[in-house]
Amino acid sequence: MIRFLLKGILRDKQRSLLPVVIVIIGVLLTVFLYCWLRGVLNDSTELNANFNAGHVKIMTAAYAKNIDQTPNDLALIGVDTLLIRLYKEFPEMKWGERIHFGGLIDAPDSRGETRTQGPAAGFGIDLLSGDRSEIRRFNLDKSLRRGRLPVHHGEILMSEEFSAKLKVNPGDTVTLIGSTMNGSMAMYNYTVCGTIVFGTGPMDQGSVIADIEDVRNALDMNNAAGEIVGYLPGNYYDEEKINQVVTRFKRLFPPSNDEYAPVIVTLRQQNNLGKMMDQIKGVGAFAVFIFVLSMSLVLWNAGLLGGLRRYSEFGTRLAIGEDYSHIYKTMIYESVLIGLIGSITGTIIGMLISLYMQDHGLDLSSMMKNATILMPAVFHARITSAAFFIGFIPGLLSTVIGTMLSGIGIYKRKTAQLFKELEA
Amino acid sequence: MENSTLISIEALKKHFLTPGGRFTALNGIDLTIGKAEFTGVVGPSGSGKTTLLNIIGSLDSPSEGEVVVLGQSIADLNPKQAALLRRSHLGFIFQSYNLLPVYTVFENVEFPLLLLQLDDSKRRKMVMDSLEWLGLTDKAKSKPAQLSGGECQRVAIARAMVKKPEIVLADEPTANLDAANSHHILKTMVQLNKELKTTFIFATHDDKVIGYLRRKISLVDGKVLNDEITNN
Repeated sequence: MIRFLLKGILRDKQRSLLPVVIVIIGVLLTVFLYCWLRGVLNDSTELNANFNAGHVKIMTAAYAKNIDQTPNDLALIGVDTLLIRLYKEFPEMKWGERIHFGGLIDAPDSRGETRTQGPAAGFGIDLLSGDRSEIRRFNLDKSLRRGRLPVHHGEILMSEEFSAKLKVNPGDTVTLIGSTMNGSMAMYNYTVCGTIVFGTGPMDQGSVIADIEDVRNALDMNNAAGEIVGYLPGNYYDEEKINQVVTRFKRLFPPSNDEYAPVIVTLRQQNNLGKMMDQIKGVGAFAVFIFVLSMSLVLWNAGLLGGLRRYSEFGTRLAIGEDYSHIYKTMIYESVLIGLIGSITGTIIGMLISLYMQDHGLDLSSMMKNATILMPAVFHARITSAAFFIGFIPGLLSTVIGTMLSGIGIYKRKTAQLFKELEA
Repeated sequence: MENSTLISIEALKKHFLTPGGRFTALNGIDLTIGKAEFTGVVGPSGSGKTTLLNIIGSLDSPSEGEVVVLGQSIADLNPKQAALLRRSHLGFIFQSYNLLPVYTVFENVEFPLLLLQLDDSKRRKMVMDSLEWLGLTDKAKSKPAQLSGGECQRVAIARAMVKKPEIVLADEPTANLDAANSHHILKTMVQLNKELKTTFIFATHDDKVIGYLRRKISLVDGKVLNDEITNN
């Protein structure tokens, strides 16, 4: 009997191929959308973590209070000792020292007189030690448009937009005019070695990036850093692990009244990122819910119509002597089979598309040109464990429920009524 | 009347609720039908022929009165018992053949035997026998869509006869057939009736069928107007 029914499913394309294709499409869309939204959330988080917030950030208490002003006079000092301790106590973390600074970039003419000037927001990061972690975090290899990355002290990268504004090219000399850690005037010459495009509005408007040692020299910040950022392995923000790091850090450096004592803040605690993450997560979850619901309705309906279309066949089978419950059971078995085949295939295809989009991403930089908040220009999908089963909700559950509901109609109709529908 | 009674009907009434109120399709039918009869319920459209056949076939139940088929009261049967009665003892032939289109002729005829859970070799022999009676051996692997109307109805008869049921219920079996095919089908059924002693009950208003009946029960407005033995 099972072989007989299987033959029927395989031969009747409307019972097999069509429903399976519908389930596959529904499931792959569900899986892909889920991975896509997870990816968008992750990209936004990662971008902010890489450029600014870290997964955790260590500063002095006073710096943290006035972080919007990047007050380098309140920076951490004795950073080498602090880093040694951090690496010892938190061996799983990667740490990076950074200095944010502001100032004027002055571009001179051939006589050395000011030709043009512009305000700059600068980053001092590790570019020359041989550890490429910070270069990777800032995505400098891919962001380089002209020239090269710094390989010598005294070299600086400038955003392409800013260099165009100042009419400065790689090889030109510029002067940073700012203030030292102690409040006096700082002037430091750099050679522009390359230009970069991040694809995010705020970063592209007036950024300069130099090796942290050069910035220390320029701003008299010997063995000091505004911030030390910390990252979990794999660069994936994990709330639970970060909270453990924070707890351990607070045991190591108990809160005190010393305003120069190091304090730790998480990514969520910075720049309203926690609220943004919750909102993106909430909107994402809602979008996935709505999509799963609508796909469920589509597949439920497909199951329902598939059942209704076969009332005539059921009438014949009943007349020949099959009983209601047997027909109902075979309908459910068929829908489970179709739901399973469709869900597994749809999940695999959805995962493959997501995997491709996880590696390659979708470049929306042209739409992000005028963005004033730090948003990624390239959005990637991200495959999480939930992606392996989320497609089964519409694919298997809804298909089976749709079939179950249409099957109830068989019980509600008298056999003779099925025949009337059959004869019509 | 021939031999022992297979079907007895007493004071059968069947009502349907329609938007216009209660409609009485059968209004006090009393009948007995015996083994190996070749009987027809004849009458115009709406006279209650199909309703009567559906109740005898346990596809529907009486509103009032009693219908006993092979010793079982139709009103008392639950759906499982009704299915068992149909599966084991009844065969159906429909006006529009109702073959399962995705299955071959062999598989369509085999289906009732699968429900009876007969083993492979026995099934195969019974199906081939049935196809042979109906002259369909060479069509065993064909699909219904590849057959003519007459051939489809012969497959339907083969499917109804394969398990050698006591009773075959045929509702307008020739309605979609031309005269030549109708006579061919009817002659086959007469032969099966004689050889296998199967009781045939037709619902029809087709004169070609009426010409073959040995008993003609005339139904008008849900009542038996006439019940006569013919000379066939």
